[in-house]
Amino acid sequence: MTTSAADYTLAELCIVAASKAFENGGEVLATGIGVIPRLAASLTMKTTNTDLMMTDSEAFMLSEPNPLGKRGDDFVQFNESWMGFSRIFDNVWSGKRHAMLGPTQIDKYGQSNTSALGGSYQQPKVMMLGARGFPGNSISHPNSFFVPSHNTRVFVDGECDFVSSIGYNPQRLPKGHSLDDVKIGLMITDLCVLDFGGPDHQVRLVSLHPGVTAQQVQENTGFAVYIPEDVPVTEAPTAEQLAIIAEMDPHNQRAYQIKDNPAGDRS
Amino acid sequence: MDKQMTAAEVVAQLKDGMTIGIGGWGPRRKPMALVREILRSDLKDLSLVSYGGADVGMLCAAGKVKKVVFAFVSLDFIPLEPYFRQARQGGELEVMEIDEGMMLLGLRAAAWGLPFMPTEVGLGTDIITQNPDIKVIDSPYDDKEWVAMPALRLDAALIHVDRADKRGVCQIAGPDHYMDDMYARAATQTYVSCDELVDSDYFKDPAVARQVFWERSATSGVVHIPGGAHPSSCSPAYGFDVPHYKVYTASAKAEGGFQGYCDQYLGESEADYQQNVGGLEAIKSIELPTY
Repeated sequence: MTTSAADYTLAELCIVAASKAFENGGEVLATGIGVIPRLAASLTMKTTNTDLMMTDSEAFMLSEPNPLGKRGDDFVQFNESWMGFSRIFDNVWSGKRHAMLGPTQIDKYGQSNTSALGGSYQQPKVMMLGARGFPGNSISHPNSFFVPSHNTRVFVDGECDFVSSIGYNPQRLPKGHSLDDVKIGLMITDLCVLDFGGPDHQVRLVSLHPGVTAQQVQENTGFAVYIPEDVPVTEAPTAEQLAIIAEMDPHNQRAYQIKDNPAGDRS
Repeated sequence: MDKQMTAAEVVAQLKDGMTIGIGGWGPRRKPMALVREILRSDLKDLSLVSYGGADVGMLCAAGKVKKVVFAFVSLDFIPLEPYFRQARQGGELEVMEIDEGMMLLGLRAAAWGLPFMPTEVGLGTDIITQNPDIKVIDSPYDDKEWVAMPALRLDAALIHVDRADKRGVCQIAGPDHYMDDMYARAATQTYVSCDELVDSDYFKDPAVARQVFWERSATSGVVHIPGGAHPSSCSPAYGFDVPHYKVYTASAKAEGGFQGYCDQYLGESEADYQQNVGGLEAIKSIELPTY
């Protein structure tokens, strides 16, 4: 076991914590939308699950993940196949994918919202992206979430204003399905790691980032979180992991993902 | 068969109330010159089916749209399309909001002459509760229920490609043809704008023929408009115009709004427009994006 680095940012801690979501899925396409999820998938592919698959976020499958941002003129990406958008759905519906996304709202069932906030559906107060590919996530293949600012506006009381992706909600369970058909992995936030491993798929606290308390997590969540007796501290990155993250993010885009780019250990 | 037409002739074929599919994806390879020709026309009450970008936003802003079938409307690097957002928040639009993959299935159903395609996508979400036109059905083969994604039949499809011959053999040379083949097949009439008009022997090379994603029988008209995707990209020829999209987005909050944008750029013709955005050479020199 490599020793933990002494100095790391919260973004780097989140990348390492998020990379665990992709560790045990085997040979699946990891789709990390946004800087931290993409770096998490890249880290996993280069370390703990080298069978993982990634794309260039455009139209090709890669054997080696691309570093983020502008790459030198002499850079040649390591293509292994074409993977345009139409083919992405062949993959999605095969189930061999694990996506990590950042929706605007998540409720106690793990239902998420990317579509609209407030008002009525005919006239929302805030129109957002639309459902995008979310309705196919977490029913067709496992889905994880990254939340850069853990608060009660994201983790809402009650249901999401619009349910873009399915969760563990018995009232919405389709006929012939069981709640175990819903596949939600980890939720990594700036405070902690959560999953749906509590009683009856309740949101459970998996680990606390250094210096964060369980009470803080509960206060910033709009629903009851299942808090086990012993909650570990989120594992600090190793020097090796930090080196890979730096190599994959040469322009340090990760420094702009969490407000004020705080240190990883806030104790 | 010579299928060459002008953009004005394409728009003259379109009628109020039609359902029009628009190819491309967000800010990528959109038939924007054809969209601009619609902006210059008095067409109205259109239903749009699109992996939407400024194509949808502009037509909404110009008051030409009754309904939008969408999974997203986004400029990618500017996540929220400003005028689509305004139209939605103004309560002006009928919508069918679906998943990106459901749109593919709906187009495929139309292309194959089927009433619907079954899918698990959408189950348990507000996609089905907010769409009375999307039914959930029992399967004859198992005990589950399935979403019956209805065929998205298009009266017309508008698509931009890299190259075409006058018969409507179309090459998409960029990394992704998106769902453009399905748009072409789902439509009664498919109108294609091309950056370059080529002789048919251009397609003799098998590597080029591999970049043709539908048969010419699915192309009704060909319009030669170099730079016609601007401000969207036509990779590998040119990228999307980031500064122009920023100006367009800012116009939504400026006093003149979309009319101000049109006054500044749209012009009476595509030649006017290209002059107003700096000319064809400037369009063709726009750098490709890095993802």
